[in-house]
Amino acid sequence: MTPRVLDPGTIAFLIILAVAAIGVPLLNLATQDSSALHVPTYLMALFGKYVCFALLALSIDLIWGFCGILSLGHGAFFALGGYAMGMYLMRQIGGRGVYGNPLLPDFMVFLNWKELPLAWWGLSSFPYAVLMVLLVPGLLALVFGWFAFRSRVTGVHFSIITQAMTFALLLAFFRNDFGFGGNNGLTDFKDILGFNVQADTTRAALFAISCVALALGYVVCRVLVSSKFGMVLIAIRDAESRARFLGYRVESYKLAVFTISACMAGVAGALYVPQVGIINPGEFSPANSIEAVIWVAVGGRGTLVGAVAGAILVNYAKTTFTSGPLAPYWLFLLGGLFVGVTLWLPRGIFGTIAHWRAFRRSRLAEADASDASASAKPLAAE
Amino acid sequence: MSPGRRRLRALFVATFAVLLTLVLTSPTFADAFDDALANFFTNSYADTEVGVTALAAAGDFRAAPVLKALQDGKLAVDPSSRRVLIEDGVAWRDAASGAAMSPAPADLKRVRLNNRLRRAVDAALGALTLRAPDPARRLEAAQAVFKSRDAGALAAVDAALAQETDARVKAALADARAAILITSAEAPEAARIEAVAVLRERGDQSALALLGSLPPGTPAILQRAADSAASAIRGRLQVWEAVQNAWYGLSLGSVLLLAAIGLAITFGVMGVINMAHGEMVMLGAYTTFVVQEAIRQKAIVLSLPGTDIGVILPLPAALTLDWSLPIAVPLAFVVTGLVGILIERSVIRFLYGRPLETLLATWGISLILQQAVRTGFGPTNKEVSNPSWMSGAFEIGQLAITWNRLWILCFSLATFALLLTMLRWTRLGLEMRAVTQNRSMAAAVGIRTARIDALTFGLGSGIAGIAGVALSQIDNVSPNLGQSYIIDSFMVVVFGGVGNLWGTLVGAFTLGIANKFLEPFAGAVLGKIAILVLIILFIQRRPRGLFALKGRAVEA
Repeated sequence: MTPRVLDPGTIAFLIILAVAAIGVPLLNLATQDSSALHVPTYLMALFGKYVCFALLALSIDLIWGFCGILSLGHGAFFALGGYAMGMYLMRQIGGRGVYGNPLLPDFMVFLNWKELPLAWWGLSSFPYAVLMVLLVPGLLALVFGWFAFRSRVTGVHFSIITQAMTFALLLAFFRNDFGFGGNNGLTDFKDILGFNVQADTTRAALFAISCVALALGYVVCRVLVSSKFGMVLIAIRDAESRARFLGYRVESYKLAVFTISACMAGVAGALYVPQVGIINPGEFSPANSIEAVIWVAVGGRGTLVGAVAGAILVNYAKTTFTSGPLAPYWLFLLGGLFVGVTLWLPRGIFGTIAHWRAFRRSRLAEADASDASASAKPLAAE
Repeated sequence: MSPGRRRLRALFVATFAVLLTLVLTSPTFADAFDDALANFFTNSYADTEVGVTALAAAGDFRAAPVLKALQDGKLAVDPSSRRVLIEDGVAWRDAASGAAMSPAPADLKRVRLNNRLRRAVDAALGALTLRAPDPARRLEAAQAVFKSRDAGALAAVDAALAQETDARVKAALADARAAILITSAEAPEAARIEAVAVLRERGDQSALALLGSLPPGTPAILQRAADSAASAIRGRLQVWEAVQNAWYGLSLGSVLLLAAIGLAITFGVMGVINMAHGEMVMLGAYTTFVVQEAIRQKAIVLSLPGTDIGVILPLPAALTLDWSLPIAVPLAFVVTGLVGILIERSVIRFLYGRPLETLLATWGISLILQQAVRTGFGPTNKEVSNPSWMSGAFEIGQLAITWNRLWILCFSLATFALLLTMLRWTRLGLEMRAVTQNRSMAAAVGIRTARIDALTFGLGSGIAGIAGVALSQIDNVSPNLGQSYIIDSFMVVVFGGVGNLWGTLVGAFTLGIANKFLEPFAGAVLGKIAILVLIILFIQRRPRGLFALKGRAVEA
């Protein structure tokens, strides 16, 4: 028996998301600056960033929480999606760059390049860019996962080589001659689909789209984990060899879910870039990927809602801490969070709540059952 | 011996004889110096030139300032007192006695220069440096002549070559001479062919460049000799390049080995993913810094932060920085070992059997340790100096070997050997192996497994601390030090095979050497990327590393 896709929790979550997607842009655009209800644009961009991180966390939860694959390189898929979008945005600048070259982005003119590298081909078209956002991370995950899962690289070994993967990409993207802007990355964006990226309306739209993407991602995850496919994933998570002995092609399941997850991370990155206005190789740093894992752990792995909540919670804490006088102590808190959650809250916030509720329900059911049997056969209950 | 060479040698002998008589027949150097100065009074360019040459030949320590003053137009003669004077700011000094002359004599005449004379002065100054008392300066001068290939310096080089006793300077002078001869079209052919042989012997890039840049109109025989010498040098340089890459690779491998060896214990033997391993290395490096700081201040200052309460323990004055590393190594082992035991007892022991959670928790610990060091010592790089026995370099052929790299190589191998011995021969090692191989059986025969776990983790961390002492000698000591080693260390252990120390050794040196041999083709960064990609591919082929432990264990 598979669980329902639209359980009450999911419906509640989607309603909250819908309220945010409509409410925040409305409070930004329709209210006066002086109004108490006004949401300033910077705050909306910040929330937009959180929503993108939440989508990234969701993608990690899908593989870690339901299939036991701990990727320490998911930041790489996020960044690759971001770079695909960043390249589209760079091409939209056109002749308005500092050097005024209609074809080449500024950094290429600066490096004295004469023509557009092959990797940039076609990225002035939005549909192609969207395709790349999905295709590049997906393809990398497919190839990487195919190699890794086929030779049964599991557990910690897999985590370590994903970390090596994102580290290698970090080094590569830092290079100027790699053709993606070197350590400055891509920035100074002007338009997206003809709308000014700095304008409030564009930002409001981007925020709403991010919320929609998160909702879609959430529904996709729910559908996946509620199906038979999801049941097999959980079987693999809990007893991989047993699932294999039962005749399931463990590698194929892992590869499929890993690729889907990478595409989701890519979408998150693509939505992130226009809202923060820059993408640079720092996004590939292994520390970023592992930080994203802790969002999921805080919220509760295998709960989906928990991953979203964890991402928003940790990032909100980060913003609050690093902008105040406590900034030097943020790493203590983050480090403490890693240790504390793994030691005392291994199920995460939402996981603990769910576990507690399930425990109560089973106790109640037990009590009911024993009541029923007690009334029927008083002596046999001993 | 060819007639040309004989003639040349006769010429040299004659020149030296003249020079020697110049020096020897004069009762003292001082007289030769005074005689040389006498030439400046006649106010004729020709006599001045004789004086300049004589000054250079006199080899007196006062000659250089005189020539320098002449070059700058600050030399004058006072015909009435027959003195040569040097302008020194506003005052005048006697060139012979160095005494200040005040008031300055009325009828001073500056010694005039023309272009020919200027060249003579330059050559004479060069010749004087070629015979400076300090061998290092002589070597420098000879190398400068080698670079400039100034034909005018030939006589000075010849003269210096005859007197030189230091073998290195002598070789440099011979090279300089060869460089001049080979590029000057006027030199006799035999001398030039001889010069080719000298350069062939030198056999480095600059010799190659010289051989390849012969002036037009070079005789065919010389050109052939030069070409064959050049190809010989090229062949030799290729061999040296390979040797050098191998050395750099060994050096990098030793660094990787040091960084990874502690991890081979915690990860390889215990199966604990210690992401805070790099921070243990960092703590070891900071221990070195603290030791050096105490030695610099000649005291150990212990105080409660933010208060005046504390004690100052003086250190003996004989304790120099040369002793800092022998002190830092055991200290770092103890400090990081204790930190490791603390981490194991407080966090890791609750997470055995949950490797992914261990990974996250230790990552958190690494963040905390980094921030703690940043708060305590500041975010900037700390200066850790090399002891005198670790600085400098020596050369084997074309290969320059720095002492610190060599020491680190020896040190890493020694650490490895010590660790292996410890695991093989001591009781603790035996118990460690027992617990790793079969925990419940070990417990059944009375080994306190929890204690062994803590000690093993402490040992791994302590070795990371020792690595930090060594790495402080070649890397920046900053809170981020550990971060740069953690991925490499994991790669080494995973590549070599988890649970096998020999695998770690082979893995470290293989990766080090492969990296350095890739670098010339791909550049430093691309080389590293290539290595990472190769390891990722390698792990796909052999998920358990080079030296996999054989067994029937199948995980859930």
